[in-house]
Amino acid sequence: MSGAALADATTRRAIARRRWLDLLFQALALLVLCLALGALAVLIADVWHDGYNRLSWDFLSGFPSRRPADAGIWHALSGSLFVILVTAALAVPVGVAAALYLEEYAKSGLLARVIEINITNLAAVPSIIYGLLGLGLFVRAMGMGRSVLAGASTLALLVLPVIILSTREALRAVPSSIREGSYALGATKWQTVWYQVLPVALPGILTGVILALSRAIGETAPLISIGALTFVAFAPDSLWSPFTVLPIQVFNWVSRPQVEFQATAAAGILVLLALLITMNGAAIWLRDRYQKKLG
Amino acid sequence: MKRFEFLIERALFLCALLSVGTTVGIILVLAVETYAFLLEVPITDFLLGTNWTPLFATPSFGVLPLVAGTVLVSGIAMMVALPMGLLSAIYLSEYAPSKVRRAIKPVLEILAGVPTVVYGYFALLFVTPLLQWLLPDLAGFNALSPGVVMGIMILPMVSSLSEDAMRAVPRGLREGAYALGATKMQTSLRVVVPAAFSGITAACILATSRAIGETMIVAIAAGQQPRLTANPLVPVETMTAYIVQVSLGDTPQGTLEYRTIFAVGMLLFLGTFGLNLMSAWLRARFREEYT
Repeated sequence: MSGAALADATTRRAIARRRWLDLLFQALALLVLCLALGALAVLIADVWHDGYNRLSWDFLSGFPSRRPADAGIWHALSGSLFVILVTAALAVPVGVAAALYLEEYAKSGLLARVIEINITNLAAVPSIIYGLLGLGLFVRAMGMGRSVLAGASTLALLVLPVIILSTREALRAVPSSIREGSYALGATKWQTVWYQVLPVALPGILTGVILALSRAIGETAPLISIGALTFVAFAPDSLWSPFTVLPIQVFNWVSRPQVEFQATAAAGILVLLALLITMNGAAIWLRDRYQKKLG
Repeated sequence: MKRFEFLIERALFLCALLSVGTTVGIILVLAVETYAFLLEVPITDFLLGTNWTPLFATPSFGVLPLVAGTVLVSGIAMMVALPMGLLSAIYLSEYAPSKVRRAIKPVLEILAGVPTVVYGYFALLFVTPLLQWLLPDLAGFNALSPGVVMGIMILPMVSSLSEDAMRAVPRGLREGAYALGATKMQTSLRVVVPAAFSGITAACILATSRAIGETMIVAIAAGQQPRLTANPLVPVETMTAYIVQVSLGDTPQGTLEYRTIFAVGMLLFLGTFGLNLMSAWLRARFREEYT
């Protein structure tokens, strides 16, 4: 065999080896990705297997009990819904207003930049730190006690940066021609924002808000650190009543030594996941409608 | 009319300012209680002490065992999330057809949106028994299982932020590599990943910060025994789990025990805040490189 042919064969072998390596690498990456997705499937299957036979109307409408077989979840479900509604009432107007200021009004000055950096940073502060803020500020300094209002205020501060960031995203997607058309007709800035920009951005804003609130509904740590009671045997009836929420009730059941409570905890998780799927479904539905309208 | 417009703008501005107020509020609340705590416990005892027994009759306030627990669990989480997240990102950014990407990304979002208390349940009642079958020495509460589960939880974050960074790398660089005869793997590993390096590092730092601040998984599955150890098989306690433990009891305001959670919270806040700033700085630098 001549030298050239030998070199040719070596090169061909090297190329084949590299192709083979490439294929191997691709398979490995795909495998890892499937492993992650598989973990989600195993998690859901595990919780379903542990908890589905505890699901019943009595479970949904019942109250906590020392006997696992009698324990219900209505107090926590209604607590979650109540707290999240108050959170939305507090956080949505402020969050949307802040986003409007930053996106439509603020000149790119130092202050606007400080606010911007600050919001990005707040979005990454651990949720339990917000709990300590709520404990020091709302529960103690402002004397709200361990009430629905204190819990909702804490969660409102927690979701505020998320709402601001997603609302700004939605406002940025509004074409500037809409604003210019409005100005050309003699509208003032606020008239333009209120009558033109906000209606167009509304579906996008709502999607972001729902996703932010569905994050808040799964939050446990901040509400534990403001001292939301884990044994509340009634549904909250005013802003000042003590309360518990689904994730705290699940945490409480998981931490009990009796094995029977594990099934109750799993059933509680299923209720929580069902609530989250409903909210996320609504967000996706809104997003799709919105995209169709623009396209 | 003009006056109305002006008032509206002021009102909107105040709402935006509230976010700065939140940061100030966090720092003030933590600082006041931490200051009161440090009046009674010397700062060197707090930061360098190796014994954390604040609820005992003769209390000791060395925070190192809690720091060690936090570092251990989030270290395990990063060992899972980093390689897996990076490989997923490379697959999604370089290999996957757009149909596959569109199908997989929402599922990853769901993985990131599962409440942490659910992951805690999964760690304690599924992953720990599974690992015990492999490692008979594993205690019922340990650092390994919550670490692994936490890694799965933050994987989508590593993956999606790194993927964004890789997709921002200009096509020309890839095409140059292909023209030289490189395979996709060589292009990914030797061109795209190095080019996106600061963006990927920013993603990893942000994920680390998230792991350090994660609470419920460790509160449920890691146990509540502060211990200065690097052994992942025994129960440990993290800073976040300690705050939960104290909050569950009825600790009266103004006592030293009450103040410990703020002192620990301050340490946690400073740590994560530093990491977040570093990540934001790296991201800004990365954006500059390709604009």
